[in-house]
Amino acid sequence: MQRGVRVEVSGWGRAPVREAIEVLDEDLRRAVCGASLTRGLGRSYGDASLPARPGARVAASRRADRLLAFDPASGVLRAEAGLSLARLSEWLWPRGFAVPVVPGTGHVTLGGMVAADVHGKNHHRAGSFGAHVRSLRLALADGRELEASATQEPELFHATQGGMGLTGHVLEVELSLARIPTPWIWQETEPLRGLDHLLERLPAASAEWPFTVSFVDALAGGSALGRGALVKGRWAEPDEAPARPPRPGPEPALPFDFPDWALNRGSARLVNALQRTMHRLKARSLVSPRAHFHPLDVLRDWNRGYGKRGFTQYQAVVPREAGPKAVRRLFEALVASGEPAFLCVVKDFGAEGGGTLSFPRPGTTVSIDLPLRGARTQALVDALNRVVIEAGGRIYLAKDALTRREHFEAMEGERLAAFDAVRRRFDPQRSLSSALSVRLFGDPA
Amino acid sequence: MRIVLLGATRGIGRAIARELAARGDALFLLGREEAELARSARDLALRGARSADFARCDLLEPAGFEDALASAEKSLDGLDGVIVSAAVQPGQAELERDPELLERMLLLDFVHTVRFCEAARRRLLARGGGTLCVLSSVAGDRARAPVALYGAAKAGLSHYLEGLDHGYRRQGLRTICVKPGFVRTGLTDGLPEPPFAADPEAVARRVVRALERGRPVVYVPPVWRLVMAMVRALPRAVLRRASF
Repeated sequence: MQRGVRVEVSGWGRAPVREAIEVLDEDLRRAVCGASLTRGLGRSYGDASLPARPGARVAASRRADRLLAFDPASGVLRAEAGLSLARLSEWLWPRGFAVPVVPGTGHVTLGGMVAADVHGKNHHRAGSFGAHVRSLRLALADGRELEASATQEPELFHATQGGMGLTGHVLEVELSLARIPTPWIWQETEPLRGLDHLLERLPAASAEWPFTVSFVDALAGGSALGRGALVKGRWAEPDEAPARPPRPGPEPALPFDFPDWALNRGSARLVNALQRTMHRLKARSLVSPRAHFHPLDVLRDWNRGYGKRGFTQYQAVVPREAGPKAVRRLFEALVASGEPAFLCVVKDFGAEGGGTLSFPRPGTTVSIDLPLRGARTQALVDALNRVVIEAGGRIYLAKDALTRREHFEAMEGERLAAFDAVRRRFDPQRSLSSALSVRLFGDPA
Repeated sequence: MRIVLLGATRGIGRAIARELAARGDALFLLGREEAELARSARDLALRGARSADFARCDLLEPAGFEDALASAEKSLDGLDGVIVSAAVQPGQAELERDPELLERMLLLDFVHTVRFCEAARRRLLARGGGTLCVLSSVAGDRARAPVALYGAAKAGLSHYLEGLDHGYRRQGLRTICVKPGFVRTGLTDGLPEPPFAADPEAVARRVVRALERGRPVVYVPPVWRLVMAMVRALPRAVLRRASF
């Protein structure tokens, strides 16, 4: 068995932290031997990429980053699971292609995108990442290796999308790419006066634009509740864009941890006001795809801004049937808690995909970045989850750190049973596990 | 250019091969595991290499060096450069404990690397010259207790490469000795990260620039040139007491 290295790992939220034996290898097949989980770039926020037990073996996929096949005629690409979206996009954009669904950061691996079944600003049109995955090469818990697709081991294929790495180690991903007219994005921004305005404008914009998202000032209550900015985008046409591809800009790193006292309502208000100003300044512009899809990637290690205690991102979806009232109740619970929310994003989802436990479903998704402040944060997450359960919604496992198991089961009862059935078939011992699967799926610690 | 790489499936070698592929070079990979070589060859072809083929070659089996280089030269229809990045880097304590591991390290990092370079030298000179680029280390510049054995192998290698440069540059053989500091690869996983740690991609960019300019010695990151000049100048009595 490949020798590992003892490391402390945490998700992007910087907490919780757990000791793991990390096995890093260019040869991912070798790295996953005897590993309880595969970890990509650690961009899930909570405990999804942490081992179930301190000191358990975790395979690291980030050096398995080779392109294996690409057919420009069909736009089908196969690559090793550790290839990062940012690196792949750099390679694709000048060639007239793009990954059809991208999340808010480029620093995720293909395997991680499958495991979380990520969504992006175009969910209302393109669905989640899994809709574009044609086939997966997996190493199962018993060491077997197999190919899974919609026609070959379909249950395993669908359970792996959004399955948080618990069904098998993803070794290779084959996906269909999107063709793009230029490697530039035409972006327009409009102000949102409040929640009603947002909930009216967001679907209207989505009917016309492939990429839409809104940023909300989560501290504003009363009549200003839900004020913010709506960002719309599309790939620029050749007559709108320069011939050269955008230059990869500098990526300075945040060099230190912010102190805990800097995280309060005052600083949150400042950050929210800055965002509003920035959105007003670039109402209509030609931007690089990175600036459009991954605006926060310009500052590496920005999570250090939340200090040593870290932060969590609460993200839930409220079904369309539940109506705007349920979305309003979420915001009211947030504002009433008084917790300093530094970033809040609202997006409309389109049709549900094929992933057994995938997050997106038709409705409105809300994500809120919150510094971790102990019991207060837990109480807020509990309160938000109660609203979501009542509305028939669900939470996004890739972001979650604080949801209680009974809340999760109340949201996911049936789907969880279907997912467990696949795990029982391919991993009866539950030798693939994570801190998240202990917390929410009842795996033994 | 037509370039043979030994050790390009991993670490710094992989990063160098990708830089060369992006330039459109014709590449031929040598290494131990055929499945890994095949996957890397596909990656490099997709990244722009004019051609990317491979053959098996194990640094522990010097009898195979000639055949491996011959098949590379045939496949590339010529040969302009050879890059050697295959190496091992066990810790000093392990090497002191385990004489067999020590012998293996000396064979891989010095004895057989030199034998491979000799075979490459003959082949390049027979064609009227070319470039031989070999990954050594700053650890070979001055003896230090924490890397005494590994450093000894790299010192021997650097010495050999300087000799090649003196002896054959006039006949058209350009020798490039690359001396990286700490690079984040499989060789250094788990080691505490010292100052000036670099990523393999940064090393690769400098190596490819050195190939273009024919510099005989390259420190990466460049700050190591200055650092090692100072370390070399330290009196032995001072170095003996230093902990680095």
